Amino acid sequence: MARKFGDRAAMSQPMVSIRGLKKSYGPTQALKGVDFEVPKGQVVGFLGPNGAGKSTTMKVLAGYVLADEGVATVAGIAVGPDSVEARKRIGYLPENNPIAEDMMVLDFLRFVAEVRGVPKAQRRARLQAAIERCGLGGVLGKDIGQLSKGYRQRVGLAQAILHEPDLLILDEPTSGLDPNQIVEIRKLITELGREKTVILSTHILSEVENTCQRVLIINDGRLVADGAPEALRKGEGTVTVVVASRVGVNVEADKVRAVLEGVPGVTRVEPSEGEGGGSLGFALRYQAEDPRRGVFEAAVKHDLLLLEMRHQQVSLEDTFRKLTARAEVRP
Amino acid sequence: MNGSLAIARRELSAFFNSPIAYIVLCGFLLVAGWLYFSTLFLGGQASLRGFFSIAPVLFVVFAPAVTMRLIAEEKKAGSLELLLTWPLEEWQVVLGKFAAALGLVAVGLAFTLPYAFTVSSLTAQPGTFDWGPVVGGYLGLTLMAASFLAVGLWASAVSKNQIVAFIAGLLLCFALYFVDKVAPLFPDAIGGLLQYLSVDYHFENVARGVLDTRDLLFYASLTTGALLLTTRTLAAARR
Ligand SMILES: Nc1ncnc2c1ncn2[C@@H]1O[C@H](COP(=O)(O)OP(=O)(O)O)[C@@H](O)[C@H]1O
Ligand SMILES: [Mg+2]
Repeated sequence: MARKFGDRAAMSQPMVSIRGLKKSYGPTQALKGVDFEVPKGQVVGFLGPNGAGKSTTMKVLAGYVLADEGVATVAGIAVGPDSVEARKRIGYLPENNPIAEDMMVLDFLRFVAEVRGVPKAQRRARLQAAIERCGLGGVLGKDIGQLSKGYRQRVGLAQAILHEPDLLILDEPTSGLDPNQIVEIRKLITELGREKTVILSTHILSEVENTCQRVLIINDGRLVADGAPEALRKGEGTVTVVVASRVGVNVEADKVRAVLEGVPGVTRVEPSEGEGGGSLGFALRYQAEDPRRGVFEAAVKHDLLLLEMRHQQVSLEDTFRKLTARAEVRP
Repeated sequence: MNGSLAIARRELSAFFNSPIAYIVLCGFLLVAGWLYFSTLFLGGQASLRGFFSIAPVLFVVFAPAVTMRLIAEEKKAGSLELLLTWPLEEWQVVLGKFAAALGLVAVGLAFTLPYAFTVSSLTAQPGTFDWGPVVGGYLGLTLMAASFLAVGLWASAVSKNQIVAFIAGLLLCFALYFVDKVAPLFPDAIGGLLQYLSVDYHFENVARGVLDTRDLLFYASLTTGALLLTTRTLAAARR
């Protein structure tokens, strides 16, 4: 009975929980109160302009930086100065990937496996798995200092997954890579995301659109948005329609406009260009709910012919720019 | 413990993969050899005392040269961030690095053993050579090296810059060596204290082949104290 209860508690427990996190470096307030949770298995993109506080949040989670206020837990264990248990469950790729230049790739990975306490019996298999996964087979004998940036990043990733952690924290894993390398690393992250909880930071939008189930946008030390990439984008948009009468008579602009204004989700209707021949065009603005279905149903109901319906979302880029506008004004 | 072992092994192989380690080691052996044989030829004495009386100065330079890189370099390269996010306590990291440094010094010392044998066979009638001072001397050197290395490691934890770490370590070790030399200038009470604080004073006791717990306790507390300080400094890097 007790055990069952414990299991349920473990299942509902988020992989990451951050509450009221604050951190200052001298006079610079890097985090001004950050709260979020990440359930097990989610791939989260941490998005924000430079200096927003992404790295600081990740460093706190990884146990490198100590927060001034607030609590951060990984798998229910508080991170902090003595958080060896929490650190065991984390694979961390710091920004700029500061790994030993002077070591051979294989030696380095062996060393990490040892330091990480991977049991001797499993060490070979784990090393093999990480090497294969990150495509390092061809460079095992090279010094890390000689590797290209892409390969270096793979070594950083291999180092982070060797001990099969529950949580991967990747700070700007694709920064400084060329486009081909970016595609490869993204593919690798997507694969890893199938079985692990991943938090990755980036200041590149397309990165989160392609790889993440959820986006957290941080700006100036605070979270300003949280949701699926589509949801953040879906919030607003415009549907442009061109309608004509189905039964051959000229449609009355006012009447059609009233019909469209009645469609759920539509917040504003503006006339736009029709196609001639008695057709009328309208631009429907919406804030939260995509009205296309309603438009179709209304057209059927009122004997209108839907000649054209075009959907234009506000791009994630626009959302991002709007949410982080203040940062760009700052010097 | 396993974590410390992994760190120690990694550092030792890093030592022996870098030319600097060989240069430092060769320098040490050359100077040690010179000290051994110069006392023999110049002084014509049938004793190792000459070497052991100067050896502490050698370690004042050698120990910080061995430790300067150990933490400063990780700070500079940023790899300290990775190190501190591995599931290790800070003391494990410090212990591992210290063990590697001590290992390197032990190798250096082991290479001077042939000198000792040569000198002793040249100077002694078979069966008359007194091994006490040799054993005592090497024990003393090891204890002294350990304390100097611990101090040097702290210097390396304080700075980001290897050279600064070396100079700071050198000055600290020199102070620990020199402090009893100024003891006669002070009143007895202070002089006694200064003497007690001197690494060299205790070394002379041990090197004479007299094992006194007070001397052992001195080295143990100096080494442990410096390592604890290093651990605290390293922990403070978490900001
Ligand atoms: N070690 C540090 N010392 C002083 N200020 C820092 C340090 N690290 C980060 N900061 C400051 O904290 C803020 C947040 O930085 P960071 O978390 O690195 O942002 P991001 O990763 O989103 O670019 C920035 O203003 C940055 O200048
Ligand atoms: Mg950053």
